[in-house]
Amino acid sequence: MTRQMTGAKMVIQALKDQGVDTVFGYPGGAVLPIYDEIFKQNDIRHILVRHEQGATHAAEGYARSTGKPGVVLVTSGPGATNAVTGMTDALMDSIPMIVLTGQVPTFMIGNDAFQEADTVGITRPCTKHNWLVKDTDMLADTIHQAFHVATNGRPGPVLIDIPKDVQFATGTYVPPKEARVSHYAPQTEGDADMILAAVEAIEEAERPIFYTGGGVINSGPEASAVLRRFVGESGFPITSTLMGLGAYPASGEAWLGMLGMHGTYEANWAMHDCDLMLCIGARFDDRITGRTDAFSPGSVKVHVDIDPSSINKNIHVNIPIIGDVGAVLQAMYDLWVKRGRKTASEGVKAWWTQIESWKAVKSLNYTNSTETIKPQYALERLEALTKGRDRYVTTEVGQHQMWAAQFLGFEDPHRWMTSGGLGTMGYGLPASIGVQIAHPDALVINVAGEASWLMNMQEMGTAAQYRLPVKQFILNNERLGMVRQWQELLHGERYSQSWSEALPDFVKLAEAFGAKGILCSDPADLDDAIMEMLNHDGPVLFDCLVEKHENCFPMIPSGKAHNEMLLGDASTADAIDSGGAVLV
Amino acid sequence: MNALSLKKGASRKSAYDLKNPLDDRQETHTLAILVDNESGVLARVIGLFSGRGYNIDSLTVAETDHSGHRSRITVVTTGTPAVIEQIKAQLGRMVPVHDVHDLTVEGASVERELALVKVQGTGDKRVEALRISDVFRASVVDSTLESFVFQLTGAPEKIDAFIDLMRPLGLIDVARTGVAAISRGT
Repeated sequence: MTRQMTGAKMVIQALKDQGVDTVFGYPGGAVLPIYDEIFKQNDIRHILVRHEQGATHAAEGYARSTGKPGVVLVTSGPGATNAVTGMTDALMDSIPMIVLTGQVPTFMIGNDAFQEADTVGITRPCTKHNWLVKDTDMLADTIHQAFHVATNGRPGPVLIDIPKDVQFATGTYVPPKEARVSHYAPQTEGDADMILAAVEAIEEAERPIFYTGGGVINSGPEASAVLRRFVGESGFPITSTLMGLGAYPASGEAWLGMLGMHGTYEANWAMHDCDLMLCIGARFDDRITGRTDAFSPGSVKVHVDIDPSSINKNIHVNIPIIGDVGAVLQAMYDLWVKRGRKTASEGVKAWWTQIESWKAVKSLNYTNSTETIKPQYALERLEALTKGRDRYVTTEVGQHQMWAAQFLGFEDPHRWMTSGGLGTMGYGLPASIGVQIAHPDALVINVAGEASWLMNMQEMGTAAQYRLPVKQFILNNERLGMVRQWQELLHGERYSQSWSEALPDFVKLAEAFGAKGILCSDPADLDDAIMEMLNHDGPVLFDCLVEKHENCFPMIPSGKAHNEMLLGDASTADAIDSGGAVLV
Repeated sequence: MNALSLKKGASRKSAYDLKNPLDDRQETHTLAILVDNESGVLARVIGLFSGRGYNIDSLTVAETDHSGHRSRITVVTTGTPAVIEQIKAQLGRMVPVHDVHDLTVEGASVERELALVKVQGTGDKRVEALRISDVFRASVVDSTLESFVFQLTGAPEKIDAFIDLMRPLGLIDVARTGVAAISRGT
């Protein structure tokens, strides 16, 4: 193979050499040479989205469901700025993503040229790292480095800005093996002394809990496997953040459900009352901790994280272990086994008795109705009718997202794609497209709210074009449900701008896109309607009209501690004080 | 509820001598950050400070290893012990950052700054300014019949003191480089 080639060809060659099979993108003036090279080959499939934000979320869905980095190709200026939300989302949720942007030619940079934007400047705070490549000879090297940075350490989005003249010019291609070695090499093995301290704490703990997060998923299947062994053999209870669902199976004996603001009563009380917290690949986010000065006051905290800046950022921990979750868990497990698998089993038994009493509260209970479809009921039925299938679930952001986390069970990692850190409405539809592209034969469902879904509804065109049988399951309450809930609890039921007026007819909308539309408003029809959705071989827009004023419980109000959870409507009066009201 | 006892067997390296999160004392630290001298690296570091709400009291940057394309950024920052730790961790995980040294805690160090101080005046005030500059071992790098530009190097406190003394003597302009710092010994 000749090493001399244009920058545009180099991009394709580098992507191939990095094992990329799919690129999500949208063409424009500053990336035309690269699109010309895409036209001339068949190894890399290009998925044409309808908006650059859609490309980024599709790439996130692809990445989250495969463990491989997602690749995005967009043009300069508006192409790049439209990708900003998706990059920020990927940064917050640690999703590996490579974004290639076109740029005006180097000699025009700084001249306010047509479709020029300071892309590396704009995206500096929303990428893990970014590069402007001004020399074609540096292009391949930079792309290989970008993959290294995106996928090593705590994963995240990276961006490479490629001026058009660099794409046209000829340079020397460098394959990955010969690329400059990056000094970027985060520590993956945990400190042995810290691991020993953690194991000693495990042996003595009477009220232990595993608190796991998205880091377990990111670390790969081995991390989930050793976590399951560790939990199973220790008999310790386990809870997880929104991002970590599926690392431990929802059907597992030790599973307490999700924790945090809308987590289960048992998970949050166990977090509050535990004497040993094993935080594995989670980051003590404010949705998890509630009031930090009242967070799990009596516990020794072990924190395993590959990112040193996550340690002691929000919560002071006693035993920090910096390293890859999988490697550290394995080392902890091996040492624990070697020392005889000791636990304070009497204490742990009593702890479980306590936990069972919290479970008995049945915090996910809701009042069902024969008149209207309760959103919780819709998800229970969706769960029942899709259980055991090769199923992937994405969500938008809001009440439906929390209900999905509460009522759908995830048995394996990489099956649950949701915007956790940034909370991006409009994430779910394009993410479901990315997932379906990666898993053509799987059942991919986007659990959505009507308001979120409309934010990136143009991507229904992408689903139709590529005949992607994604199921858009919209819990339509004609409200911005979570905003409405907060206005009810915090702002005297003044529902400022939080209802959806002039909604489209979703069935007709589906048909306009060449998809199937289903409307369901009667609980008695729900099962049949869901089966109709599942049995249709093509994209479906399911408009599920649900109870309009349902609130999502349980809930830890802003500014409160885990043991101050609200269980239902009766308990909400004056639940949030003025201090809590300023929090988001 | 009994707190779980922590074994003493673990190392002193970090687990048990972590900064107390409730300690709200403001500390000033001097950080030396070794970075790749690549486009935008200073913007990246400054953006981290502004984006996360950290303070920059002083900042200097220059390439220190031309062949290795390395620059050294010296930042003086103020924050609680927990914030200082967080700043170091945040800097340390940036891709172009090779090393972060907290010169304030890593043994003795030397901090120096250079200032150019313009003083306008005639008569007694002019004489007094020149006399004080001599005491501070400042040099005169520009002179007119009504003004001097003094060049002064030293620790920031020394420069502060000099500027305070010049103020009543006709101080009209000050340019300071910010702190450059290095550890003592090898």
